[in-house]
Amino acid sequence: MKEITILSGKGGTGKTSVTGALAALAESCVFCDNDVDAADLHLLFQPEVREEHSFASGLKSFIDISACTQCGICADHCRFEAIHVMENGEYVINPFQCEGCRLCERVCPAEAIRSEKSTNNAWYVSDSRFGQLVHARMAPGEENSGKLVTRVRKKAKELAKAEGADYIINDGPPGIGCSTIASLSGTDIVLVIIEPTMSGLHDAKRLVDLARTFQVLIFAVINKFDINLDITTVIEEYLKIEKISLLAKIPFDENMVKAMTVGKTIFEYRTDSEAGNQLKLVWNALKEASLTT
Amino acid sequence: MERKLCKIAIASGKGGTGKTTLSVSLYQQLKDRFEGKIQLVDCDVEEPNDLLFFSSAKLISSRPVYQLIPEIDTGKCNFCRKCADYCEFNAIVVIPPAGFAEVNSSLCHSCGACLIACDQGAITEHPVSIGDISTYQSEAGDNLAEGKLKIGSAMQTMLIKELKKEDTAGLDMVIYDAPPGTSCPVVATVSDADYVVLVTEPTLFGLHDFKLMVELMRELKIPFGTVVNKAGLGDEEVYNYIRKEKIELLGKIPFNRDFASKYAKANLFSDIPGNILENLKKVADRIVDVICNEIEIPA
Ligand code: SF4
Ligand code: SF4
Repeated sequence: MKEITILSGKGGTGKTSVTGALAALAESCVFCDNDVDAADLHLLFQPEVREEHSFASGLKSFIDISACTQCGICADHCRFEAIHVMENGEYVINPFQCEGCRLCERVCPAEAIRSEKSTNNAWYVSDSRFGQLVHARMAPGEENSGKLVTRVRKKAKELAKAEGADYIINDGPPGIGCSTIASLSGTDIVLVIIEPTMSGLHDAKRLVDLARTFQVLIFAVINKFDINLDITTVIEEYLKIEKISLLAKIPFDENMVKAMTVGKTIFEYRTDSEAGNQLKLVWNALKEASLTT
Repeated sequence: MERKLCKIAIASGKGGTGKTTLSVSLYQQLKDRFEGKIQLVDCDVEEPNDLLFFSSAKLISSRPVYQLIPEIDTGKCNFCRKCADYCEFNAIVVIPPAGFAEVNSSLCHSCGACLIACDQGAITEHPVSIGDISTYQSEAGDNLAEGKLKIGSAMQTMLIKELKKEDTAGLDMVIYDAPPGTSCPVVATVSDADYVVLVTEPTLFGLHDFKLMVELMRELKIPFGTVVNKAGLGDEEVYNYIRKEKIELLGKIPFNRDFASKYAKANLFSDIPGNILENLKKVADRIVDVICNEIEIPA
């Protein structure tokens, strides 16, 4: 079983559309949405949820004002500036700033602080027309997205093993922070979706530098390559120097946009399209590569 | 004229909706109105891009930002495991029979709890770089600040908080370009903003992520309005939602291939298509009216 993770550095380059297209082509595959912060893959998969699990993310601490003596020791210790004194002298913890380290609870001489796990986050195992999908919903403002990514990936692996699937395809998060790091570790193949803009290239480079620190095979696709041919050429040169093989150049195709508006993959929307043909090349190359990793 | 510092943040749940385009363009629109006393702060520290649009900007200052990582001196440690119990992030491994005690720096949040736990004085902290904060200026009077996360670091939120502590003396306005998403780095960016501009696009994904953003703004109780980018593409759903939720629509930026290719080449300052320029001006007017002149803010 091989794990393929689709990433881009920059957001909005077409990761989810590409994942959807590959889903329509792939057989024997479990899917996993690693972009837990802005999970979108389910909009395309329209999955039927089979299991729902709550995910206890980090702790949040609270001050019991009736027990608090307003000594201020907690606020002195908090390194996240999460503890504030109100005009009336009361101490409160801003839950959006609290990192959940419990240091305040431990140093409070009045034992006025307790901590609770936030259970606002959930993850799901679902069935869809493409196969099983593991996805999540993270409540806005939550942290620990990296841990939630690790959780959904673990489940996807279990499912893939159980059904003897050949592949797991992960739709990754944007950026290069904790959730991207959690998406990269232990995956076999990374497919980088680059759009031909200066920002797209800049962000893809940072992503490649990060991916290099893991044991992964890296491939690239230029999406909407014809919206800027000059930058496409610059990207091709960059990939050549980095020895990253470019699997396809996907043209800007209105059908891709239209397919998305109705929640379909390109292949379900149009049986024959240039973007679709390029995506077939991508999938064939990934299949071949996964035999050699 | 003395003014209170106005802080606005440009955010969007989904990536690629045009946050950077809008931040950079609005900065340009507002620059003259604030007589140059305005700074664009790129808080998308994982992938900072704003600087790409200011090719003549020169580096003014740069400083590294450190996270404090504890280190355990096994010579002083009695392997009581108290530090490991205190660490909520599972960053400390102590194996008494093996005489092993170590901090895993990639899991450490630098909270300081282990230092309080240890009564043997075995733990000391050492700075480890998580990224840089730099400021740039151009002869045209542009003024930028940027945080750039070190590759491999997971401390984006801490870097954003540090970036926002940069000196704002002499400024009347700052524009924060937020990272995509709705999780803690976004909260760190928008939390003290006077007003947030949510950029969305009229697509299925755009609307879904926009709703999450609206939920977050309401939870944080920050006034906000929205700009629909790539108007004309996709469908009407996003407008129906904006109407239903009584969200202020600050403007629409029509989808325009020429404008998109100008963005691609990182050139957003000259020959802006007329209907886009008009809309940008409208958004800028409204921002000045709404927050800087403290005209009542629609709930
Ligand atoms: S500083 Fe906090 S997170 Fe880091 S090792 Fe110590 S207790 Fe754990
Ligand atoms: S608390 Fe101090 S003495 Fe105890 S295991 Fe940790 S470092 Fe060693």
